[in-house]
Amino acid sequence: MDNILDRLDSIEKHILKEIADIEKTPIGAFNIRENGKAIAKNVTANIDIIPKEDKPGIDIIIKPNTKNESVHIPVVLTQSGLKDLVYNDFYIGENSDVIIVAGCGIHNSSCETSEHDGIHSFHLGKNAKVKYIEKHYGEGSKEGKRILNPQTYIYQEEGSSFEMESIQIEGVTSTIRETTAKLAKDTNLIITERIMTHNDQTAKTVFNVELNGENSRVHVASRSIAKDNSYQEFISDVIGNTKCFGHVECDAIIMDNAKVTSVPKIVANNIDASLVHEAVIGKIAGEQVVKLMTLGLTEKEAEEQIINGFLK
Amino acid sequence: MLELKNVSFFKDNKHILRNINLKIDNSKLIAITGPNGSGKSSLAKIIMGIFTPDSGQILFNGQDITNLDITERAKLGIGFAFQQPVRFKGLTVRDLINIAAGNNIKLSEACDYLSDVGLCAKEYLNREITSSLSGGELKRIEIAMLAAKKSKLTVFDEPEAGIDLWSFNSLITVFEKMHKEIANSSIVIISHQEKILNIADEIVLLIDGEIKEIGNKEKILPLLLESSKLCKVMQEKGGNFNG
Repeated sequence: MDNILDRLDSIEKHILKEIADIEKTPIGAFNIRENGKAIAKNVTANIDIIPKEDKPGIDIIIKPNTKNESVHIPVVLTQSGLKDLVYNDFYIGENSDVIIVAGCGIHNSSCETSEHDGIHSFHLGKNAKVKYIEKHYGEGSKEGKRILNPQTYIYQEEGSSFEMESIQIEGVTSTIRETTAKLAKDTNLIITERIMTHNDQTAKTVFNVELNGENSRVHVASRSIAKDNSYQEFISDVIGNTKCFGHVECDAIIMDNAKVTSVPKIVANNIDASLVHEAVIGKIAGEQVVKLMTLGLTEKEAEEQIINGFLK
Repeated sequence: MLELKNVSFFKDNKHILRNINLKIDNSKLIAITGPNGSGKSSLAKIIMGIFTPDSGQILFNGQDITNLDITERAKLGIGFAFQQPVRFKGLTVRDLINIAAGNNIKLSEACDYLSDVGLCAKEYLNREITSSLSGGELKRIEIAMLAAKKSKLTVFDEPEAGIDLWSFNSLITVFEKMHKEIANSSIVIISHQEKILNIADEIVLLIDGEIKEIGNKEKILPLLLESSKLCKVMQEKGGNFNG
Protein backbone atom coordinates (compact mmCIF):
# COMPACT_ATOMS: atom_id res chain seq x y z
CA MET A 1 0.00 0.00 0.00
CA ASP A 2 1.25 3.55 -0.75
CA ASN A 3 1.97 5.72 2.20
CA ILE A 4 -1.28 7.64 2.20
CA LEU A 5 0.26 10.20 4.49
CA ASP A 6 2.39 11.43 1.57
CA ARG A 7 -0.64 13.40 0.50
CA LEU A 8 -0.61 15.44 3.70
CA ASP A 9 1.39 18.62 4.13
CA SER A 10 3.95 19.07 6.87
CA ILE A 11 1.53 20.78 9.30
CA GLU A 12 -0.95 17.94 8.96
CA LYS A 13 1.77 15.34 9.39
CA HIS A 14 3.02 17.11 12.50
CA ILE A 15 -0.46 17.15 14.03
CA LEU A 16 -0.99 13.50 13.23
CA LYS A 17 2.26 12.70 14.99
CA GLU A 18 1.23 14.74 18.04
CA ILE A 19 -2.20 13.21 18.50
CA ALA A 20 -1.81 9.64 17.34
CA ASP A 21 1.93 9.12 17.10
CA ILE A 22 1.40 8.26 13.44
CA GLU A 23 4.32 8.85 11.07
CA LYS A 24 3.45 6.36 8.40
CA THR A 25 0.35 4.44 7.38
CA PRO A 26 -0.84 2.71 10.54
CA ILE A 27 -1.12 -1.05 10.72
CA GLY A 28 -4.63 -2.43 11.17
CA ALA A 29 -7.90 -0.63 10.75
CA PHE A 30 -7.97 3.14 10.50
CA ASN A 31 -10.00 6.10 9.40
CA ILE A 32 -8.31 9.46 9.03
CA ARG A 33 -10.55 12.50 8.98
CA GLU A 34 -9.29 15.82 7.70
CA ASN A 35 -11.25 19.07 7.70
CA GLY A 36 -14.60 17.36 8.03
CA LYS A 37 -14.01 14.57 5.49
CA ALA A 38 -12.63 11.05 5.67
CA ILE A 39 -9.46 10.99 3.57
CA ALA A 40 -8.20 7.47 4.18
CA LYS A 41 -9.66 4.26 5.51
CA ASN A 42 -8.60 0.69 6.00
CA VAL A 43 -10.58 -2.27 7.28
CA THR A 44 -9.41 -5.73 8.30
CA ALA A 45 -11.05 -9.14 8.28
CA ASN A 46 -12.24 -8.53 11.84
CA ILE A 47 -12.78 -4.79 11.95
CA ASP A 48 -15.21 -3.01 9.66
CA ILE A 49 -15.66 0.74 9.33
CA ILE A 50 -18.96 1.92 7.85
CA PRO A 51 -19.76 5.58 7.14
CA LYS A 52 -23.01 6.73 8.73
CA GLU A 53 -25.80 7.68 6.35
CA ASP A 54 -27.91 9.90 8.58
CA LYS A 55 -25.17 12.04 10.14
CA PRO A 56 -21.43 12.62 9.92
CA GLY A 57 -19.32 9.83 11.36
CA ILE A 58 -18.65 6.13 11.26
CA ASP A 59 -19.65 2.85 12.84
CA ILE A 60 -16.72 0.67 13.82
CA ILE A 61 -17.68 -2.95 14.15
CA ILE A 62 -15.26 -5.33 15.78
CA LYS A 63 -16.07 -9.03 15.46
CA PRO A 64 -16.18 -11.23 18.57
CA ASN A 65 -12.87 -12.82 19.58
CA THR A 66 -10.77 -10.23 17.71
CA LYS A 67 -7.45 -10.17 19.52
CA ASN A 68 -4.39 -7.93 19.35
CA GLU A 69 -5.76 -5.62 16.68
CA SER A 70 -5.91 -1.85 16.65
CA VAL A 71 -8.08 0.93 15.25
CA HIS A 72 -6.79 4.46 14.64
CA ILE A 73 -9.28 7.26 14.02
CA PRO A 74 -7.39 10.55 14.18
CA VAL A 75 -8.92 13.88 13.18
CA VAL A 76 -6.94 16.80 11.77
CA LEU A 77 -8.38 20.27 11.44
CA THR A 78 -6.32 22.84 9.55
CA GLN A 79 -9.06 24.79 7.77
CA SER A 80 -9.84 27.72 10.02
CA GLY A 81 -13.40 28.68 10.76
CA LEU A 82 -14.57 25.10 10.43
CA LYS A 83 -16.90 23.56 12.99
CA ASP A 84 -16.66 19.81 12.69
CA LEU A 85 -19.12 17.51 14.45
CA VAL A 86 -18.68 13.77 14.17
CA TYR A 87 -20.32 10.67 15.66
CA ASN A 88 -18.19 7.56 15.99
CA ASP A 89 -19.82 4.45 17.39
CA PHE A 90 -17.77 1.42 18.33
CA TYR A 91 -19.29 -2.03 18.71
CA ILE A 92 -16.74 -4.34 20.30
CA GLY A 93 -17.62 -8.02 20.08
CA GLU A 94 -17.43 -10.53 22.92
CA ASN A 95 -14.00 -11.65 24.10
CA SER A 96 -12.20 -9.11 21.90
CA ASP A 97 -9.00 -7.46 23.03
CA VAL A 98 -8.21 -4.31 21.03
CA ILE A 99 -6.50 -0.94 21.14
CA ILE A 100 -8.31 2.13 19.87
CA VAL A 101 -6.44 5.37 19.26
CA ALA A 102 -8.42 8.54 18.62
CA GLY A 103 -7.44 12.15 18.98
CA CYS A 104 -7.90 15.50 17.41
CA GLY A 105 -5.43 18.16 16.50
CA ILE A 106 -6.30 21.67 15.38
CA HIS A 107 -3.95 23.99 13.57
CA ASN A 108 -5.51 27.41 13.39
CA SER A 109 -3.41 30.34 12.32
CA SER A 110 -6.29 32.67 11.58
CA CYS A 111 -8.52 34.81 13.75
CA GLU A 112 -11.55 32.60 13.19
CA THR A 113 -12.69 29.84 15.52
CA SER A 114 -12.02 26.20 14.72
CA GLU A 115 -13.98 23.57 16.56
CA HIS A 116 -14.17 19.79 16.64
CA ASP A 117 -16.77 17.94 18.65
CA GLY A 118 -16.21 14.21 18.62
CA ILE A 119 -19.02 12.15 20.06
CA HIS A 120 -17.88 8.62 20.69
CA SER A 121 -19.75 5.66 22.01
CA PHE A 122 -18.27 2.31 22.99
CA HIS A 123 -20.46 -0.75 23.32
CA LEU A 124 -18.43 -3.53 24.89
CA GLY A 125 -19.71 -7.08 24.55
CA LYS A 126 -19.21 -9.71 27.25
CA ASN A 127 -15.59 -10.07 28.40
CA ALA A 128 -14.33 -7.58 25.79
CA LYS A 129 -11.21 -5.65 26.64
CA VAL A 130 -10.41 -2.23 25.21
CA LYS A 131 -7.57 0.19 25.66
CA TYR A 132 -8.61 3.60 24.37
CA ILE A 133 -6.15 6.44 23.93
CA GLU A 134 -7.38 9.92 23.14
CA LYS A 135 -5.11 12.93 22.67
CA HIS A 136 -6.10 16.51 22.05
CA TYR A 137 -3.77 19.14 20.75
CA GLY A 138 -3.97 22.64 19.36
CA GLU A 139 -1.53 25.01 17.72
CA GLY A 140 -1.51 28.23 15.75
CA SER A 141 0.02 31.64 15.81
CA LYS A 142 -2.97 33.97 15.84
CA GLU A 143 -5.93 34.71 18.07
CA GLY A 144 -8.32 32.21 16.44
CA LYS A 145 -9.93 29.96 19.01
CA ARG A 146 -9.32 26.22 19.03
CA ILE A 147 -12.21 24.42 20.65
CA LEU A 148 -12.59 20.71 21.35
CA ASN A 149 -15.67 19.31 23.05
CA PRO A 150 -15.46 15.52 23.14
CA GLN A 151 -18.21 13.34 24.53
CA THR A 152 -17.58 9.73 25.39
CA TYR A 153 -20.23 7.15 26.24
CA ILE A 154 -19.10 3.78 27.54
CA TYR A 155 -21.49 0.84 27.91
CA GLN A 156 -19.88 -2.22 29.45
CA GLU A 157 -21.47 -5.66 29.44
CA GLU A 158 -20.61 -8.37 31.94
CA GLY A 159 -16.93 -9.12 32.44
CA SER A 160 -15.65 -6.38 30.13
CA SER A 161 -12.88 -3.92 30.85
CA PHE A 162 -12.19 -0.47 29.42
CA GLU A 163 -9.04 1.51 29.99
CA MET A 164 -9.11 5.10 28.80
CA GLU A 165 -6.19 7.51 28.59
CA SER A 166 -7.20 11.04 27.83
CA ILE A 167 -4.53 13.65 27.29
CA GLN A 168 -4.67 17.34 26.48
CA ILE A 169 -1.38 19.05 27.03
CA GLU A 170 -1.25 22.05 24.76
CA GLY A 171 -2.94 24.69 22.74
CA VAL A 172 -6.67 24.10 23.21
CA THR A 173 -8.48 27.38 23.92
CA SER A 174 -11.54 25.84 25.43
CA THR A 175 -12.77 22.35 26.07
CA ILE A 176 -15.68 20.63 27.73
CA ARG A 177 -15.04 16.93 28.06
CA GLU A 178 -17.88 14.73 29.13
CA THR A 179 -17.57 11.03 29.83
CA THR A 180 -20.50 8.84 30.79
CA ALA A 181 -20.23 5.17 31.66
CA LYS A 182 -22.61 2.43 32.69
CA LEU A 183 -21.10 -0.72 34.09
CA ALA A 184 -22.64 -4.19 34.36
CA LYS A 185 -21.52 -7.13 36.50
CA ASP A 186 -17.79 -7.89 36.97
CA THR A 187 -16.63 -4.97 34.83
CA ASN A 188 -13.63 -2.74 35.25
CA LEU A 189 -13.21 0.84 34.06
CA ILE A 190 -9.96 2.76 34.41
CA ILE A 191 -9.75 6.38 33.31
CA THR A 192 -6.51 8.35 33.35
CA GLU A 193 -6.70 12.01 32.45
CA ARG A 194 -3.89 14.53 31.97
CA ILE A 195 -4.61 18.18 31.28
CA MET A 196 -2.50 21.30 31.09
CA THR A 197 -3.91 24.73 30.38
CA HIS A 198 -2.10 28.01 29.63
CA ASN A 199 -2.93 31.67 29.01
CA ASP A 200 -6.68 32.26 29.13
CA GLN A 201 -7.66 28.67 28.30
CA THR A 202 -10.52 26.91 30.00
CA ALA A 203 -11.01 23.18 30.49
CA LYS A 204 -13.97 21.47 32.04
CA THR A 205 -14.14 17.75 32.66
CA VAL A 206 -17.26 15.87 33.66
CA PHE A 207 -17.36 12.19 34.60
CA ASN A 208 -20.64 10.37 35.22
CA VAL A 209 -20.24 6.74 36.14
CA GLU A 210 -23.03 4.36 37.13
CA LEU A 211 -21.94 1.16 38.80
CA ASN A 212 -24.96 -1.02 38.13
CA GLY A 213 -23.61 -4.56 38.21
CA GLU A 214 -22.20 -6.50 41.14
CA ASN A 215 -18.42 -6.28 41.48
CA SER A 216 -18.12 -3.47 38.98
CA ARG A 217 -15.12 -1.23 39.58
CA VAL A 218 -14.10 2.20 38.40
CA HIS A 219 -10.89 4.11 38.98
CA VAL A 220 -10.62 7.68 37.71
CA ALA A 221 -7.26 9.42 38.08
CA SER A 222 -7.09 12.99 36.86
CA ARG A 223 -3.94 15.07 37.04
CA SER A 224 -3.88 18.59 35.76
CA ILE A 225 -1.78 21.70 35.71
CA ALA A 226 -3.32 25.15 35.36
CA LYS A 227 -0.92 27.94 34.39
CA ASP A 228 -1.17 31.69 33.68
CA ASN A 229 -4.80 32.90 33.76
CA SER A 230 -6.37 29.59 32.82
CA TYR A 231 -9.38 28.00 34.49
CA GLN A 232 -10.17 24.34 35.06
CA GLU A 233 -13.16 22.60 36.45
CA PHE A 234 -13.34 18.95 37.41
CA ILE A 235 -16.71 17.39 38.12
CA SER A 236 -17.23 13.76 38.89
CA ASP A 237 -20.32 11.88 39.87
CA VAL A 238 -19.98 8.20 40.69
CA ILE A 239 -23.10 6.30 41.63
CA GLY A 240 -22.88 2.89 43.27
CA ASN A 241 -26.13 0.97 42.90
CA THR A 242 -24.90 -2.40 44.09
CA LYS A 243 -21.88 -4.12 45.58
CA CYS A 244 -19.17 -2.20 43.77
CA PHE A 245 -15.99 -0.18 44.15
CA GLY A 246 -15.30 3.34 42.94
CA HIS A 247 -12.20 5.46 43.40
CA VAL A 248 -11.80 8.98 42.02
CA GLU A 249 -8.53 10.88 42.42
CA CYS A 250 -8.26 14.44 41.25
CA ASP A 251 -4.93 16.21 41.62
CA ALA A 252 -4.31 19.70 40.33
CA ILE A 253 -1.24 21.89 40.43
CA ILE A 254 -2.08 25.54 40.25
CA MET A 255 0.39 28.19 39.04
CA ASP A 256 0.44 31.94 38.41
CA ASN A 257 -3.11 33.35 38.41
CA ALA A 258 -4.87 30.17 37.41
CA LYS A 259 -8.02 28.92 39.09
CA VAL A 260 -9.23 25.37 39.63
CA THR A 261 -12.55 24.04 40.89
CA SER A 262 -13.04 20.43 41.88
CA VAL A 263 -16.53 19.12 42.52
CA PRO A 264 -16.57 15.59 43.82
CA LYS A 265 -19.77 13.66 44.18
CA ILE A 266 -20.16 10.05 45.20
CA VAL A 267 -23.51 8.43 45.74
CA ALA A 268 -23.98 5.06 47.44
CA ASN A 269 -27.39 3.51 46.89
CA ASN A 270 -26.42 0.16 48.36
CA ILE A 271 -24.83 -0.88 51.64
CA ASP A 272 -22.07 -2.76 49.79
CA ALA A 273 -21.07 0.15 47.60
CA SER A 274 -17.57 1.32 48.51
CA LEU A 275 -16.71 4.71 47.06
CA VAL A 276 -13.73 7.01 47.59
CA HIS A 277 -13.03 10.48 46.30
CA GLU A 278 -9.72 12.25 46.80
CA ALA A 279 -9.19 15.78 45.56
CA VAL A 280 -6.06 17.86 46.01
CA ILE A 281 -5.38 21.32 44.62
CA GLY A 282 -2.20 23.20 45.40
CA LYS A 283 0.87 24.92 44.07
CA ILE A 284 4.13 23.05 43.51
CA ALA A 285 5.43 22.25 46.99
CA GLY A 286 8.42 24.43 47.84
CA GLU A 287 10.21 21.48 49.41
CA GLN A 288 9.98 19.52 46.13
CA VAL A 289 11.78 22.33 44.31
CA VAL A 290 14.38 22.60 47.09
CA LYS A 291 15.00 18.84 47.02
CA LEU A 292 15.67 18.84 43.28
CA MET A 293 17.89 21.92 43.64
CA THR A 294 20.01 20.04 46.18
CA LEU A 295 20.50 17.44 43.45
CA GLY A 296 21.86 20.13 41.12
CA LEU A 297 18.83 21.36 39.13
CA THR A 298 18.05 25.06 38.85
CA GLU A 299 14.73 26.28 40.20
CA LYS A 300 13.29 26.36 36.66
CA GLU A 301 14.59 22.89 35.78
CA ALA A 302 13.18 21.57 39.05
CA GLU A 303 9.72 22.95 38.24
CA GLU A 304 9.87 21.44 34.75
CA GLN A 305 10.81 18.03 36.14
CA ILE A 306 7.96 18.17 38.63
CA ILE A 307 5.44 19.16 35.94
CA ASN A 308 6.66 16.63 33.38
CA GLY A 309 6.63 13.86 35.95
CA PHE A 310 3.18 14.83 37.17
CA LEU A 311 1.75 14.71 33.64
CA LYS A 312 3.59 11.57 32.60
CA MET B 1 37.25 21.36 52.60
CA LEU B 2 34.43 23.21 54.41
CA GLU B 3 34.90 26.04 56.80
CA LEU B 4 32.28 28.02 58.69
CA LYS B 5 33.48 31.31 60.16
CA ASN B 6 31.45 33.10 62.82
CA VAL B 7 28.15 31.90 61.36
CA SER B 8 25.05 33.18 63.15
CA PHE B 9 21.44 32.57 62.22
CA PHE B 10 18.12 33.91 63.47
CA LYS B 11 14.68 32.50 62.77
CA ASP B 12 11.41 34.00 63.98
CA ASN B 13 13.44 36.46 66.08
CA LYS B 14 15.20 33.61 67.84
CA HIS B 15 18.92 33.07 67.86
CA ILE B 16 19.27 29.60 66.36
CA LEU B 17 23.03 29.52 65.74
CA ARG B 18 25.65 31.69 67.46
CA ASN B 19 29.13 32.30 66.09
CA ILE B 20 29.70 28.85 64.67
CA ASN B 21 33.31 28.19 63.77
CA LEU B 22 33.83 24.78 62.26
CA LYS B 23 36.36 23.22 59.93
CA ILE B 24 35.71 19.94 58.13
CA ASP B 25 38.75 18.48 56.45
CA ASN B 26 38.94 16.12 53.48
CA SER B 27 38.23 12.43 54.01
CA LYS B 28 36.52 12.84 57.37
CA LEU B 29 33.38 11.43 58.87
CA ILE B 30 32.01 14.01 61.24
CA ALA B 31 29.00 13.57 63.48
CA ILE B 32 27.04 16.55 64.76
CA THR B 33 25.09 15.76 67.89
CA GLY B 34 23.19 17.59 70.57
CA PRO B 35 19.76 17.77 72.18
CA ASN B 36 16.59 18.49 70.22
CA GLY B 37 16.35 22.11 69.21
CA SER B 38 20.07 22.73 69.51
CA GLY B 39 20.27 23.94 65.89
CA LYS B 40 21.71 20.83 64.22
CA SER B 41 19.29 20.75 61.26
CA SER B 42 19.61 24.50 60.79
CA LEU B 43 23.36 24.13 60.58
CA ALA B 44 22.99 21.40 57.94
CA LYS B 45 20.61 23.59 55.93
CA ILE B 46 23.02 26.50 56.13
CA ILE B 47 25.77 24.32 54.67
CA MET B 48 23.47 23.31 51.78
CA GLY B 49 22.25 26.87 51.19
CA ILE B 50 18.63 26.18 52.12
CA PHE B 51 18.96 28.72 54.97
CA THR B 52 21.03 31.87 54.64
CA PRO B 53 23.09 32.90 57.67
CA ASP B 54 22.58 36.39 59.09
CA SER B 55 26.29 36.83 59.54
CA GLY B 56 29.49 34.94 58.98
CA GLN B 57 31.18 33.25 56.07
CA ILE B 58 31.20 29.79 54.51
CA LEU B 59 34.16 28.53 52.51
CA PHE B 60 34.22 25.36 50.41
CA ASN B 61 37.61 24.26 49.13
CA GLY B 62 38.81 27.80 49.62
CA GLN B 63 35.93 29.39 47.69
CA ASP B 64 33.54 31.74 49.48
CA ILE B 65 30.13 30.14 48.95
CA THR B 66 28.19 32.26 51.46
CA ASN B 67 26.18 33.91 48.67
CA LEU B 68 25.79 30.89 46.41
CA ASP B 69 22.36 29.33 46.08
CA ILE B 70 21.42 25.67 46.60
CA THR B 71 21.95 24.65 42.96
CA GLU B 72 25.37 26.24 42.76
CA ARG B 73 26.48 24.52 45.94
CA ALA B 74 25.08 21.18 44.73
CA LYS B 75 27.08 21.56 41.52
CA LEU B 76 30.25 22.37 43.47
CA GLY B 77 29.87 19.05 45.29
CA ILE B 78 27.69 19.47 48.36
CA GLY B 79 24.88 17.01 48.99
CA PHE B 80 22.11 16.89 51.56
CA ALA B 81 19.87 14.03 52.66
CA PHE B 82 16.63 15.34 54.13
CA GLN B 83 15.47 14.23 57.54
CA GLN B 84 11.97 13.93 56.12
CA PRO B 85 12.26 12.94 52.46
CA VAL B 86 10.01 14.74 50.00
CA ARG B 87 7.34 12.93 48.00
CA PHE B 88 6.82 13.47 44.27
CA LYS B 89 3.71 12.40 42.40
CA GLY B 90 4.80 11.21 38.99
CA LEU B 91 8.56 11.00 39.53
CA THR B 92 9.90 7.49 40.00
CA VAL B 93 12.76 6.22 42.12
CA ARG B 94 14.76 5.81 38.92
CA ASP B 95 14.03 9.40 37.82
CA LEU B 96 15.39 10.75 41.08
CA ILE B 97 18.47 8.53 41.05
CA ASN B 98 19.18 9.74 37.50
CA ILE B 99 18.73 13.39 38.48
CA ALA B 100 21.03 12.82 41.46
CA ALA B 101 23.67 11.16 39.30
CA GLY B 102 23.45 14.04 36.82
CA ASN B 103 22.72 11.78 33.84
CA ASN B 104 20.89 8.61 32.91
CA ILE B 105 22.96 5.96 34.59
CA LYS B 106 23.01 2.30 33.64
CA LEU B 107 20.23 0.16 35.00
CA SER B 108 22.72 -2.07 36.79
CA GLU B 109 24.29 0.93 38.49
CA ALA B 110 20.90 2.24 39.65
CA CYS B 111 20.13 -1.25 40.97
CA ASP B 112 23.37 -1.30 42.95
CA TYR B 113 22.48 1.91 44.79
CA LEU B 114 19.14 0.43 45.78
CA SER B 115 20.48 -2.94 46.87
CA ASP B 116 23.07 -1.15 48.99
CA VAL B 117 20.21 0.31 51.02
CA GLY B 118 18.50 -3.06 51.23
CA LEU B 119 15.80 -2.51 48.61
CA CYS B 120 15.07 -4.91 45.80
CA ALA B 121 15.76 -2.79 42.73
CA LYS B 122 13.28 -4.63 40.53
CA GLU B 123 10.43 -3.75 42.84
CA TYR B 124 11.36 -0.15 43.44
CA LEU B 125 12.98 1.43 40.35
CA ASN B 126 9.71 2.27 38.63
CA ARG B 127 7.70 3.14 41.72
CA GLU B 128 6.52 6.70 42.09
CA ILE B 129 7.77 8.56 45.15
CA THR B 130 4.30 8.88 46.66
CA SER B 131 2.64 7.97 49.91
CA SER B 132 2.49 4.39 48.66
CA LEU B 133 6.06 4.17 49.99
CA SER B 134 6.57 3.92 53.74
CA GLY B 135 8.62 6.43 55.69
CA GLY B 136 11.40 3.88 56.08
CA GLU B 137 11.48 3.11 52.35
CA LEU B 138 11.62 6.82 51.54
CA LYS B 139 14.55 7.27 53.93
CA ARG B 140 16.50 4.51 52.25
CA ILE B 141 15.74 5.84 48.76
CA GLU B 142 16.97 9.24 49.96
CA ILE B 143 20.27 7.66 51.01
CA ALA B 144 20.55 5.80 47.67
CA MET B 145 20.08 9.14 45.89
CA LEU B 146 22.94 10.72 47.80
CA ALA B 147 25.15 7.71 47.08
CA ALA B 148 24.38 8.24 43.38
CA LYS B 149 25.13 11.96 43.58
CA LYS B 150 28.70 11.28 44.69
CA SER B 151 29.25 14.62 46.42
CA LYS B 152 32.57 15.72 47.88
CA LEU B 153 30.68 16.61 51.04
CA THR B 154 27.40 14.96 51.97
CA VAL B 155 25.32 16.00 54.95
CA PHE B 156 22.86 13.42 56.32
CA ASP B 157 20.20 14.81 58.63
CA GLU B 158 19.27 12.01 61.06
CA PRO B 159 19.57 9.24 58.48
CA GLU B 160 18.76 6.47 60.95
CA ALA B 161 15.41 7.86 62.10
CA GLY B 162 12.57 5.60 60.95
CA ILE B 163 14.73 3.15 59.04
CA ASP B 164 12.48 0.37 60.34
CA LEU B 165 13.70 -3.16 59.83
CA TRP B 166 16.78 -2.42 57.83
CA SER B 167 19.84 -2.97 59.93
CA PHE B 168 21.94 -0.22 61.34
CA ASN B 169 25.10 -1.95 60.26
CA SER B 170 24.04 -1.81 56.60
CA LEU B 171 23.54 1.94 56.94
CA ILE B 172 27.05 2.28 58.26
CA THR B 173 28.36 0.12 55.41
CA VAL B 174 26.77 2.57 52.93
CA PHE B 175 28.55 5.51 54.58
CA GLU B 176 31.84 3.68 54.58
CA LYS B 177 31.43 2.72 50.92
CA MET B 178 30.69 6.33 49.92
CA HIS B 179 33.64 7.48 51.94
CA LYS B 180 35.92 5.04 50.17
CA GLU B 181 34.60 5.36 46.61
CA ILE B 182 34.49 9.14 46.36
CA ALA B 183 38.07 10.37 46.59
CA ASN B 184 38.80 12.74 49.49
CA SER B 185 35.10 12.97 50.30
CA SER B 186 33.74 13.85 53.69
CA ILE B 187 30.46 12.95 55.33
CA VAL B 188 28.64 14.89 58.00
CA ILE B 189 25.99 12.97 59.91
CA ILE B 190 23.54 14.56 62.29
CA SER B 191 22.63 11.93 64.83
CA HIS B 192 22.05 10.98 68.44
CA GLN B 193 22.81 7.33 67.83
CA GLU B 194 25.77 5.95 69.69
CA LYS B 195 26.51 3.51 66.88
CA ILE B 196 26.95 6.39 64.46
CA LEU B 197 28.97 8.42 66.94
CA ASN B 198 31.17 5.33 67.26
CA ILE B 199 32.30 5.48 63.63
CA ALA B 200 32.86 9.25 63.50
CA ASP B 201 36.38 10.67 63.30
CA GLU B 202 35.18 13.66 65.22
CA ILE B 203 32.00 14.58 67.04
CA VAL B 204 30.69 18.11 67.24
CA LEU B 205 28.46 18.81 70.24
CA LEU B 206 25.94 21.55 69.61
CA ILE B 207 23.91 22.96 72.50
CA ASP B 208 21.65 25.99 72.27
CA GLY B 209 23.05 26.96 68.89
CA GLU B 210 26.64 26.96 70.08
CA ILE B 211 29.46 24.50 69.60
CA LYS B 212 30.17 23.31 73.13
CA GLU B 213 32.88 20.85 72.26
CA ILE B 214 34.57 19.01 69.42
CA GLY B 215 36.29 15.75 70.12
CA ASN B 216 36.17 11.98 70.12
CA LYS B 217 33.45 9.76 71.50
CA GLU B 218 35.01 9.38 74.94
CA LYS B 219 35.05 13.10 75.38
CA ILE B 220 31.62 13.94 73.89
CA LEU B 221 29.31 11.12 75.03
CA PRO B 222 29.36 12.02 78.74
CA LEU B 223 28.63 15.64 77.87
CA LEU B 224 25.76 14.62 75.58
CA LEU B 225 24.26 12.39 78.28
CA GLU B 226 24.50 15.22 80.76
CA SER B 227 22.69 17.59 78.43
CA SER B 228 19.96 14.98 77.84
CA LYS B 229 19.52 14.54 81.60
CA LEU B 230 19.24 18.25 81.95
CA CYS B 231 16.63 18.19 79.25
CA LYS B 232 14.65 15.48 81.07
CA VAL B 233 14.73 17.37 84.35
CA MET B 234 13.55 20.49 82.63
CA GLN B 235 10.71 18.66 80.91
CA GLU B 236 9.62 17.16 84.24
CA LYS B 237 9.53 20.62 85.70
CA GLY B 238 7.38 21.78 82.84
CA GLY B 239 10.13 23.59 80.99
CA ASN B 240 10.58 23.39 77.26
CA PHE B 241 13.93 22.48 75.90
CA ASN B 242 12.89 22.32 72.29
CA GLY B 243 13.43 26.02 71.69
